[in-house]
Amino acid sequence: MELKTPLYDVHVEEGGKIVPFAGYLLPVQYASGVIKEHMAVRQAAGLFDVSHMGEVLFTGPTALDTLNHLLTNDFTNMPAGKVRYSVMCNDRGGVIDDLVVYKFSDEEYLVVVNAANRHKDYAHMAANLLPGTKAEDISDSVAQLALQGPAAPAILAKLVPAEKLPQKYYTAVRDVDIAGMKCLVSRTGYTGELGYEIYTAPENAVNLWKTLREAGKDDGLIPCGLGARDTLRLEAAMPLYGHEMDETITPFEAGLDFGVKMGKPDFIGKAALEASGRPSRVRVGLEITGRGIAREHQPVFIGDEQIGMTTSGTHCPAVGKALAMALVDVSHSEPGTQVDVDVRGRRVGAVIVPLPFYHR
Amino acid sequence: MSNIPAELQYTASHEWIKNEDGLVVIGLTDFAQSSLGDIVFIDLPQEGDAVTMGDSFADVESVKAVSGVFSPVSGTVAAVNSALIDNPALLNENPYDAWLIKVSDVTNTGELLDAAAYEAVCKSEEA
Repeated sequence: MELKTPLYDVHVEEGGKIVPFAGYLLPVQYASGVIKEHMAVRQAAGLFDVSHMGEVLFTGPTALDTLNHLLTNDFTNMPAGKVRYSVMCNDRGGVIDDLVVYKFSDEEYLVVVNAANRHKDYAHMAANLLPGTKAEDISDSVAQLALQGPAAPAILAKLVPAEKLPQKYYTAVRDVDIAGMKCLVSRTGYTGELGYEIYTAPENAVNLWKTLREAGKDDGLIPCGLGARDTLRLEAAMPLYGHEMDETITPFEAGLDFGVKMGKPDFIGKAALEASGRPSRVRVGLEITGRGIAREHQPVFIGDEQIGMTTSGTHCPAVGKALAMALVDVSHSEPGTQVDVDVRGRRVGAVIVPLPFYHR
Repeated sequence: MSNIPAELQYTASHEWIKNEDGLVVIGLTDFAQSSLGDIVFIDLPQEGDAVTMGDSFADVESVKAVSGVFSPVSGTVAAVNSALIDNPALLNENPYDAWLIKVSDVTNTGELLDAAAYEAVCKSEEA
């Protein structure tokens, strides 16, 4: 059975086309369609319900040590108010999930995980806590909206004095008052665009959605669904769990080296990552040059030799091309390499290009 | 509710059909284009190709999905709407003008629905 986010009725009211996703009923698009929603985020602003995301609160005197043990990134010198991306590996170096960590204080951190992985993540976290850390799955008491696009700061500044908003990418401010609602405002997102992710109590979600929609109505803000969320993240070459990474793919293969600190004394998966050495396959970008659209899990060839598989692919509206990401043999991963993708039995030409496809 | 012109015939797999100058004209219904969303790519057969009743003769792709288009008849492709190759969004804009192919020498025709029967199919899929 699928769950509803607190905004379900609003999505129906807004004309959302509802589909099941990660155990939730969510809009894949609204009346304007994926392309218009995508372009609104690139050129103006879009509002997304991402309340399905999971949240785990880590507290206690050893919370930092627990995170450094569980996660691949290093949180040692992280200031309060910072946000940091990380991977959580299994002991084979495969990716259990990717996530972001908010530091509120030396003894309090919020970890935001993918909805589909919430339960397995929490089980893994709970099984690997150090004495003196408490982990609590608070997902059901947190709603999250994402306000994304170049107009996002101006829209939010109508509701909150600009100096009370986070100014830098990957920073966050707690207890921001938006129309009387207490929110955590984070300058982060999954679109490759400027914007915010805003966390609040579920009972505020509908009012917060309507308040933001009203504030943005003259700025081109429209509601956006899961379809645009996927095309936007793909165009910005942001990895998606279950596509660019899973428990059999290491963060190095997925190109997430920046989130893995091998200099740390230890973390779960470090020994396996050390032992495996440099990856033999890596994530690359593909621009489709033939007629067709590559999708996920399609074989990539040079001549008769299969060099890898696509992990995600679609038509990307702002770049205006069919694009894909793929895991390929490192020896065939140079930009400029001509390849073919087997699109449902038909060979379609493509070329390896640098990532990201789109940079604001 | 999607637009279902009374003068056309339909398939349960969301193609529309009409007879025109001895040819069978095949397109995608409004329900189909609306379900797919923004259509960004179409792969069509060539004039002279054979089509077989019940088999897919074209791929239509939106940003989020791929769908085959199934021929309700067996015959020979007499004409292809090549305007769709450069501008597949025409399928979203006016699905009943944006025909895909015209078929001649029809040897076999599958089960066709009238507008009322097709509307019932759409309703059952929406539910």
